[in-house]
Amino acid sequence: MGSISLKNVKKSFGEVQIIPDISLDIKDGEFVVFVGPSGCGKSTLLRLIAGLEDTTAGTILLDGEDMTKAPPARRGLAMVFQSYALYPHMTVRDNIAFPLKMAKASKEEIDKKVEYAARTLNLSSYLDRRPRALSGGQRQRVAIGRAIVREPKAFLFDEPLSNLDAALRVNMRLEITELHQQLKTTMIYVTHDQVEAMTMADRIVVLNAGNVEQFGSPLDLYKKPANRFVAGFIGSPKMNFVDGPEAAKHNAHSIGVRPEHFKLSKTAEAGTWKGKVGVAEQLGSDTFLHVHVDGLGLMTIRTDGDQTFSHGDDVYLTPDQTRIYRFDAAGKAI
Amino acid sequence: MATAQTRTLSRIMMAPAVIVLLIWMIVPLVMTLWFSFQNYSLINPMMTGFAGWANYLYVIGDPSFTQSLVNTLILVGGVLAITVIGGTFLALLLDQPIWGQGILRIIVISPFFVMPPVAALIWKNGFMHPGYGMLGHLWKFFGLQPVDWFNQYPLFSVIVIVAWQWLPFATLILLTALQSLSEEQREAAEMDGANAINRFYYIILPHMARSITIVILIQTIFLLGIFAEIRVTTGGGPGYASTNIAFLVFRTGILSNDIGAGSAGGVVAVVIANVVAFFLMRAVGKNLDA
Amino acid sequence: MARNVSVQTRIGFTIAAWAIALLLFSPILWVLLTAFKTEAEAIASSPTFFPQTFTLENFGAVQDRSDYFKHAFNSIVVSVGSTLLGLIIGIPAAWAMAFAPTKRTKDVLMWMLSTKMMPAVGVLIPIYLIFRDLRLLDTLQGLTIIMTLINLPIIIWMLYTYFKEIPVDILEAARMDGAELWNEIVHVLVPMAVPGIASTLLLNVILAWNEAFWTITLTSGRAGTLTAFISSFSSPQGLFLAKLSAASLLAIAPILLMGWFSQKQLVRGLTFGAVK
Repeated sequence: MGSISLKNVKKSFGEVQIIPDISLDIKDGEFVVFVGPSGCGKSTLLRLIAGLEDTTAGTILLDGEDMTKAPPARRGLAMVFQSYALYPHMTVRDNIAFPLKMAKASKEEIDKKVEYAARTLNLSSYLDRRPRALSGGQRQRVAIGRAIVREPKAFLFDEPLSNLDAALRVNMRLEITELHQQLKTTMIYVTHDQVEAMTMADRIVVLNAGNVEQFGSPLDLYKKPANRFVAGFIGSPKMNFVDGPEAAKHNAHSIGVRPEHFKLSKTAEAGTWKGKVGVAEQLGSDTFLHVHVDGLGLMTIRTDGDQTFSHGDDVYLTPDQTRIYRFDAAGKAI
Repeated sequence: MATAQTRTLSRIMMAPAVIVLLIWMIVPLVMTLWFSFQNYSLINPMMTGFAGWANYLYVIGDPSFTQSLVNTLILVGGVLAITVIGGTFLALLLDQPIWGQGILRIIVISPFFVMPPVAALIWKNGFMHPGYGMLGHLWKFFGLQPVDWFNQYPLFSVIVIVAWQWLPFATLILLTALQSLSEEQREAAEMDGANAINRFYYIILPHMARSITIVILIQTIFLLGIFAEIRVTTGGGPGYASTNIAFLVFRTGILSNDIGAGSAGGVVAVVIANVVAFFLMRAVGKNLDA
Repeated sequence: MARNVSVQTRIGFTIAAWAIALLLFSPILWVLLTAFKTEAEAIASSPTFFPQTFTLENFGAVQDRSDYFKHAFNSIVVSVGSTLLGLIIGIPAAWAMAFAPTKRTKDVLMWMLSTKMMPAVGVLIPIYLIFRDLRLLDTLQGLTIIMTLINLPIIIWMLYTYFKEIPVDILEAARMDGAELWNEIVHVLVPMAVPGIASTLLLNVILAWNEAFWTITLTSGRAGTLTAFISSFSSPQGLFLAKLSAASLLAIAPILLMGWFSQKQLVRGLTFGAVK
């Protein structure tokens, strides 16, 4: 079991308020991603759950039990750190066995579980190496192995992929997701990368300045962003925003259109925006056009990779009327 | 960045160290202060009671105090001058491309590991003795009259011994500082047309300034307390010619059994050391990113 | 370090450096050579460089006269004992300051350092009297306590600078893995800090071994360390130069070897981490 509830959790470091007031309910077996720009308090929130920091106020319940004041060792959670935090003086085997040794498990049990974890993570042939003789991805796996053997109530991941190169990151992303399918244990995963959040999560918590902007499934967040911040943060490339008279036409303070929700043509039509092509980023499958729209500024448009554009071409944009997001003056979605 | 529990634990973990050091600092110091205002002599146990400033007046008024204070300053100043200038020179030399640098480093640092009484006795008997010391032989070789160093130049002789012990320390630290100067910075200066003297003055010296300060301060702390070298060579003599404050306190308090006056001298020594300590703390503290 | 200089310049620098280094080393060389000479050869009016008649009798004589082994034993007990005691007190304190720092940590560290600045003579008399009353004068216990106290600030400082280099993540990982404080320190921190702890140990053994104020003032015969042993040679008695050398060599050789091994870490230790 591994349900996690935060009730009115607050955290300040001295005068600085990091988390003003957060309440969350994470269900058993869920894969929840905390995502947000750097400094939004997502890592602090994870450390509060882990017990590595004290809450200033509020309660943290694990499986309904109040753990607010419990030390990390007693919470039954496992954590994978950004730096992996492997014990450099121990072999891979001893690293993975360490939590079991701390739990005073028997020798046979330790061996059995270490072997199992090593097999699951493809580490069997590295068991007698030291962490410094491993590659980044292997170190990552050892860190995960060390977490698995504890059979924790929940796994906490603190930006675990940010030290890996791009290709490996995609691989590990899949492996962690696969692991979650196998283990069905609650996982909380912190990242600043919205692609990781979208691809891995059952539900995403979007954090900004210590506040939960929205908590929902990836598609919910994409389709029904609660506010301008979430709309801008989720989705790649970013949503285009327009203020002023053009927004007023839709009875809103500002409107947003995703790059993929435009119709593009080379001839003028009713209700279209006229612009000049700036940079065209051609990815093969798609092309991202940066268009200087008259009176509205720079916009990003996604088109298929077959059309070609050159710098300075005149283009006409038609936003898909059913997919225009409208926001009030406070940035809330209408 | 820690929990209340770790903070509580950390207080418990620090307690033994803090408590023993607190006792070590306060108890003897308070006792020294107390004794310094008492009539307290182990030779004359009848003489007791509050002495007021009498011990201080006795110690400070005695010509031996003035002489010891001057000797202390000459000793510290002389050793500092030799070790800092010599150390800078030696560090620059060892930093040049030379053969056997690693072995040289070890040879040069060696005197620092020689315990003070051994250092003093080697110099006293093996080198500075007018009859069979090596310097005596050298003087005779040039047809000169050997010098009886400890009788004729007692303080100078002590300075030589102490400087020999501390020159390696200064050299090693300044060499370490010198080697942390990036090769690129040097090359950039060379490209800019700076000659060797300019490079030393504008690039190397400013880079070493902090290390030189630290060398001076740390040595001063140790040099103020020079004791064994004096004890085994001159015994502070002839007269008080090579007695420093540390040795004077030992002479008054332990050898003459005048606890009151010895303590007053001790308090004076503490005051002097505190002035130096103040500056050292500031220099080291700047480097501390706690 | 690949600076381009001509071979002549390099030879010049090498000769100059070696000449000065050997000059500085000459007193130690003198001890080394004289220790194996006969007394007559040692004071001969035309001095020899290498011993003409190589002899070991000086070492035997020194042992008979002042009992080297007893003093060496005392030195080992006091220097190693005080260092181990200092590490036992110092490791937890350094852990606290490096990994759970507060606003006052810096002040505490500075204050600890300041106790080191107190001149020994300032407290000699009370310590002498306290030791006399507690019957600690001339005992190994008393000397070990004093040596622990004077070196404790250096031990804590050195450990602190080494511990600061260990990422706190790893200790936190241990906490997440269910390790209580004791296990965190014994199984994770200490093994990771072995090089730092070793050089702290080495430097403090050296400092305690060479300490020559308290060892001389607080001992007379039983608990005398090698500094006291060597001081007993300060008043010449007849032919003694070779014996003095033998005694000196015995007193400094162990520490000289240790010093050569630890000279790299020495700088950092002696400057309280201010120069690395």
